[in-house]
Amino acid sequence: MSRLLRAFISWRWFAIWRRNALVWRRLAGSALLGNIGEPLLYLLALGYGLGGFVGEVEGMSYITFLASGFVCASVMNTASFEGLYSAYTRMAVQETWTAMLYTPLDVRDILLGEAFWAASKALLSAIFILAVAALLGAVHTWQALWVLPIAVLTGLAFASMALVVTAVSRSYDFFLYYFTLLLTPMLLFSGVFFPLDGMPALVQQVATLLPLTHAIELVRPLMTGQPMNGIALHLGVILLYSLAGLVLAAHLIQRRLFR
Amino acid sequence: MQPIVTAEDLTKCYNGLTVVNGISLQVQPGECFGLLGPNGAGKTTTLRMLLGMSPPDGGHLKVMGYSIPEQGPLMRRLLGVVAQQDNLDPDFTVVENLRIYARYFGITLDERTPRIQQLLSFASLEHKAGARIEELSGGMKRRLAIARALINDPQLVILDEPTTGLDPQARQLIWQRLRALLNEGRTLILTTHYMDEAQRLCDRLAIMDHGVILDVGSPTDLIDRHIESHVVEVHGPGLERWLAEGERRWVLRSEQVGETLFCYTDHERELVEALCEHEGLRYLSRAAGLEDVFLKLTGRELRE
Repeated sequence: MSRLLRAFISWRWFAIWRRNALVWRRLAGSALLGNIGEPLLYLLALGYGLGGFVGEVEGMSYITFLASGFVCASVMNTASFEGLYSAYTRMAVQETWTAMLYTPLDVRDILLGEAFWAASKALLSAIFILAVAALLGAVHTWQALWVLPIAVLTGLAFASMALVVTAVSRSYDFFLYYFTLLLTPMLLFSGVFFPLDGMPALVQQVATLLPLTHAIELVRPLMTGQPMNGIALHLGVILLYSLAGLVLAAHLIQRRLFR
Repeated sequence: MQPIVTAEDLTKCYNGLTVVNGISLQVQPGECFGLLGPNGAGKTTTLRMLLGMSPPDGGHLKVMGYSIPEQGPLMRRLLGVVAQQDNLDPDFTVVENLRIYARYFGITLDERTPRIQQLLSFASLEHKAGARIEELSGGMKRRLAIARALINDPQLVILDEPTTGLDPQARQLIWQRLRALLNEGRTLILTTHYMDEAQRLCDRLAIMDHGVILDVGSPTDLIDRHIESHVVEVHGPGLERWLAEGERRWVLRSEQVGETLFCYTDHERELVEALCEHEGLRYLSRAAGLEDVFLKLTGRELRE
């Protein structure tokens, strides 16, 4: 933990962030389309299509309800993909990390560079969806700009968790476990598509342990101007996932690369 | 002068298997030190320990005055590494690879630009500055990997099999560049299983097998210490008869491997004359080399 903090303050990780940003700049077109185009299509189709049947949810139109959920889901997906597939490629396939470790950089620098890069991409997708949601009338107050720092923190949490999985993976196939066992259930049972109130008590209890639920609890009232509750708790849970993920990933990657 | 590397009793185990078993060595500033050994001898593991990438299970290690692995990141500011697989960054061009690597060392823009020009010319890659990595030949990639390892102006450069997989022309060019580095006063440590490479480049060699160092010395010392001055390789249908009744007093030591008899001698003229008198013999007479030392110390069985 203290070593992580020192690595953060040293700012060496920024060289890795920049490296990834340079690669991204070249492929930005396709990357943006994948990260943003798809959630937008879903938002439009479900928001208008399903919204006609659903009517109002928690006192707002369905597309408004859905838009705030989608900001968070898109943050989760973007950060997870970057922390899984892209990071694994750099670690195990291209050996980019090994080459970095031949310099004064250490595992924590690499990890922070990767995690903040993934969080940055997540932020970008949040900005786009927020902008489109605003155009569709699903953003009701300027308070919604607070969503952006929350997107960064949430992105960091999902990136750290993904990097833990990457650290123990032996191939890309392994990620399917993570998707099927964790990310997909989280997408379905964290309040993205429908309120959690209607769910069985057990599901609701499990959902309160998941970071996506807490991100949505913060983002939804910020976008719609509803009163906010338990801000510290929600932020705390997301922060806890970020820090625990980073510490664990640092340990596992160190063990994997420094044999 | 302080040695660049001091290793004492280094040991490394993987899953209960001892891969490096208590090796000790010293590398002096400005020399080219080679680790020579068959596959699985422990060369790469030894290099990884020197880099600080593999914490030893026993022993003490100092590289350029830093305790390894504890002070690895500090030591690596002064170190250049050329890995076996090159691991260049495939997402970037030649010049971007150098630029980005310079950033990992925190080298400022002012220092970076002239340094990169210099390294491109050192690697004879000026005409490829904007090329992507996949467009480069094997030799170019290796030259770029060497150039990249020099971005921080390192005192010590560690190379893992620098010319494996390259054609003879490409190897010649790499050797020239490595000699240039030695002439600039840098220290080189390399692993190889090419005898010609070891003999050409290395001031001193450690021959390794099964995780231990069998002997250390300059190539000529090693040859003098272990092998007679000449080797005559004899084979052919008449070999058996010559073995039974031929004149063999010039042969100081011999060894039969398959169809061939390796005769070690200090009197190659006399031996060759004796061989000429027999029918059905073919022979090759040559000066003893590092390969003979290597095979004597590590044996002839295949390592697969």
